[in-house]
Amino acid sequence: MSTAAATHDDHHDHHHAPTGLKRWLFSTNHKDIGTLYLWFSFAMFLVGGFMAMVIRAELLEPGMQFVDPEFFNQMTTVHGLVMVFGAVMPATVGLANWMIPLMIGAPDMALPRMNNWSFWILPFAFGILIFAVLMSAFGAGNPSAPNFGWTFYAPLSTKYGPASTDLFILSVHMMGISSIMGAINVVVTVFNMRAPGMTLMKMPLFVWTWLITAFLLIAVIPVLAGVVTMMLTDRHFGTSFFDAAGGGDPVLFQHVFWFFGHPEVYIMILPSFGIVSAIIPAFARKPLFGYASMVYATASIALLSFVVWAHHMFTVGMPLAGTLFFMYMTMLISVPTGVKVFNWVATMWRGSMTFELPMKWAIAFVILFTCGGLSGLMLAITPVDFQYHDTYFVVAHFHYVLVTGAIFSIFAAAYYWLPKWSGVMPSKLLGELHFWNSLISANLLFFPMHFVGLAGMPRRYADYALQFADYNFWISIGGFWFGLSQVIFLVVAVRCAMKKGEPAPAKPWEGAEGLEWEVPSPAPFHTFDTPPVVK
Amino acid sequence: MSENQPLSVEQRNKRTLKKLVIWAIAMFGFAFLMVPFYNVICDITGLNGKTSSTAATDAPAEVVEDRTVTVEFITQKGDGISGEFTSETKRVKVHPGEITLVHFYASNPTDSDMVTQSIPSVSPGIAARYLHKTQCFCFDQQTLAAGERKDMPMIFYLDPEIPSHINQFTLSYTIFDVTERVAGKNNSVAVN
Ligand code: HEM
Ligand SMILES: [Cu+2]
Repeated sequence: MSTAAATHDDHHDHHHAPTGLKRWLFSTNHKDIGTLYLWFSFAMFLVGGFMAMVIRAELLEPGMQFVDPEFFNQMTTVHGLVMVFGAVMPATVGLANWMIPLMIGAPDMALPRMNNWSFWILPFAFGILIFAVLMSAFGAGNPSAPNFGWTFYAPLSTKYGPASTDLFILSVHMMGISSIMGAINVVVTVFNMRAPGMTLMKMPLFVWTWLITAFLLIAVIPVLAGVVTMMLTDRHFGTSFFDAAGGGDPVLFQHVFWFFGHPEVYIMILPSFGIVSAIIPAFARKPLFGYASMVYATASIALLSFVVWAHHMFTVGMPLAGTLFFMYMTMLISVPTGVKVFNWVATMWRGSMTFELPMKWAIAFVILFTCGGLSGLMLAITPVDFQYHDTYFVVAHFHYVLVTGAIFSIFAAAYYWLPKWSGVMPSKLLGELHFWNSLISANLLFFPMHFVGLAGMPRRYADYALQFADYNFWISIGGFWFGLSQVIFLVVAVRCAMKKGEPAPAKPWEGAEGLEWEVPSPAPFHTFDTPPVVK
Repeated sequence: MSENQPLSVEQRNKRTLKKLVIWAIAMFGFAFLMVPFYNVICDITGLNGKTSSTAATDAPAEVVEDRTVTVEFITQKGDGISGEFTSETKRVKVHPGEITLVHFYASNPTDSDMVTQSIPSVSPGIAARYLHKTQCFCFDQQTLAAGERKDMPMIFYLDPEIPSHINQFTLSYTIFDVTERVAGKNNSVAVN
């Protein structure tokens, strides 16, 4: 202990935590930074959620009521960007920061100073984006915020983009740098900082899925940076990457974007796979079924995700051979995904199951994520995608995988590890309220979207044909309900932060396994200064 | 725990960091590499419906009298074009290998000269490979003097090898005003 602690001191001159603002601004401690990430992502979740409320208010009834169509487009755009890059991604990075060192028995992340940077870039990146929205809502002359959809297709975002597109480009560059640094940190930590005896195939699945996510991030976020750089030069420096008049091709944009975009959706879901793979065994009181197959399934999903991107662009007029290739590859991904779902179910099979809050969210995840996977399979069938593409059916699909998938699993993780983070048990009553309200409202919100989508309601419009009125009314009610339900979680989290609640033991869940439960709750500022011995 | 072990972890961290940074930079480069890659693939496969930007020099090997293919023509006006842009012929039935002439017209009603560029596109894209143009106004920029109406001929033939499932395709032209671009100014960004 003493040698380890001494060397540790040399590296961190502000070893004993400063307090107040300075503690957070200059922190290089993985737990502090994890906490910052988690609070930041929750704040972004509420901001993005507020924009969703504007969208659903406008769509509550047919006709135009609250906002004009231009502002509606800005809302859908920034809602998507904030949720993807501001809520889901930073939340999983926060979980990685908190849990990976604890799970592999490391004293901290490998590159603590870079860790501080990766976090503190984010508030500025989103400050810029939200500034554009505030200018649009309240600024003189209401200059448009980005309004081209979160996929920012050229030429909408190049030739026809509003002036704020340049703010958007800057903001995406900053988010990208933050993500890449975060990902590099995870890889270096997992490769070099594992406790003796923690072989790769002994690592908890959350660490595995995050390691693979980090590789995906390092591979595709630079491509995102590349595509926004091309946009920038097209807009200001006379290049014509995407401008047909100058010999470019707008369809090229879609290829480059989706080469990033499809792996990106797996970046958002792989950590979730890791979370439920930790929680289900804990509450089924059985080891995870098929650990090795889980690792290989995750790796093959990651590899396959590079060869399916064009399933987002079946309608651009690819040759038949191309559409067939991308259709079969996409369907192939559901094989490793199916392996995972099978393993989770097999873990529960004949287990001694109890249904504490984390388990409730995890089971909801398994069922509802599978539902989203099934609509994904429907979309993968090229000829039917011609009908479904750009309808609410697609909106239903990706909200099932992202909201009831990724976000539900993040809530599962929060309820599971909050005792470790805060030292108190999250309120059971509020947690139950949060879960049941979220579960019912999310399905009221997203399920009818399948129907209106199949009936032909296009996405990204501020108005709709009268026959969709009833469904949209209920969708909006589900939306407001779901939005309000999240305020309950705010109360849960604030109560934990204020240490209100039953004190948590080191291992609050009877069947839980892993090194993180061997340190006291709340986890002390420094853990595993002497590496634990892993049998 | 031995004396120099923490140091070696640091060194290992640095090494891994360096590799990953290089990889990230390489992937940034890869994004730009996708551009020529895409263009080459499109050239070979006709994936994006772009026709060749140079004149076909060899004459067709034969005329396949027992097949006819319908070619349709569409014109679209891009940015800055206020005048006319039409094709005299809307659709034509041709035998593969038969040389055909079609006239397009563009006018410039403004009082200053205008440099234009027309961009062809074929749908379904796969047909682009079998369309050979011996002359086209799209090969070069066309200058329209103030008030001028210009006759812009296009001569083409279809490859006798054109697959039997292609019985009909559309050739679309979009005309753009590139005066500013040619004058060396930036293609100014539209604000709003
Ligand atoms: C079995 C697995 C999956 C299959 C077969 C699948 C298939 C598809 C297809 C074909 C589309 C394009 C639909 C269209 O635009 O016409 C699509 C869209 C989308 N998918 Fe999936 N998907 C799967 C899983 C996921 C997962 C796990 C996520 C994220 C966590 C995801 C997120 C999205 C998003 C965000 C879009 C919409 C992008 C947009 O246009 O804005 N999908 N999916
Ligand atoms: Cu995809």
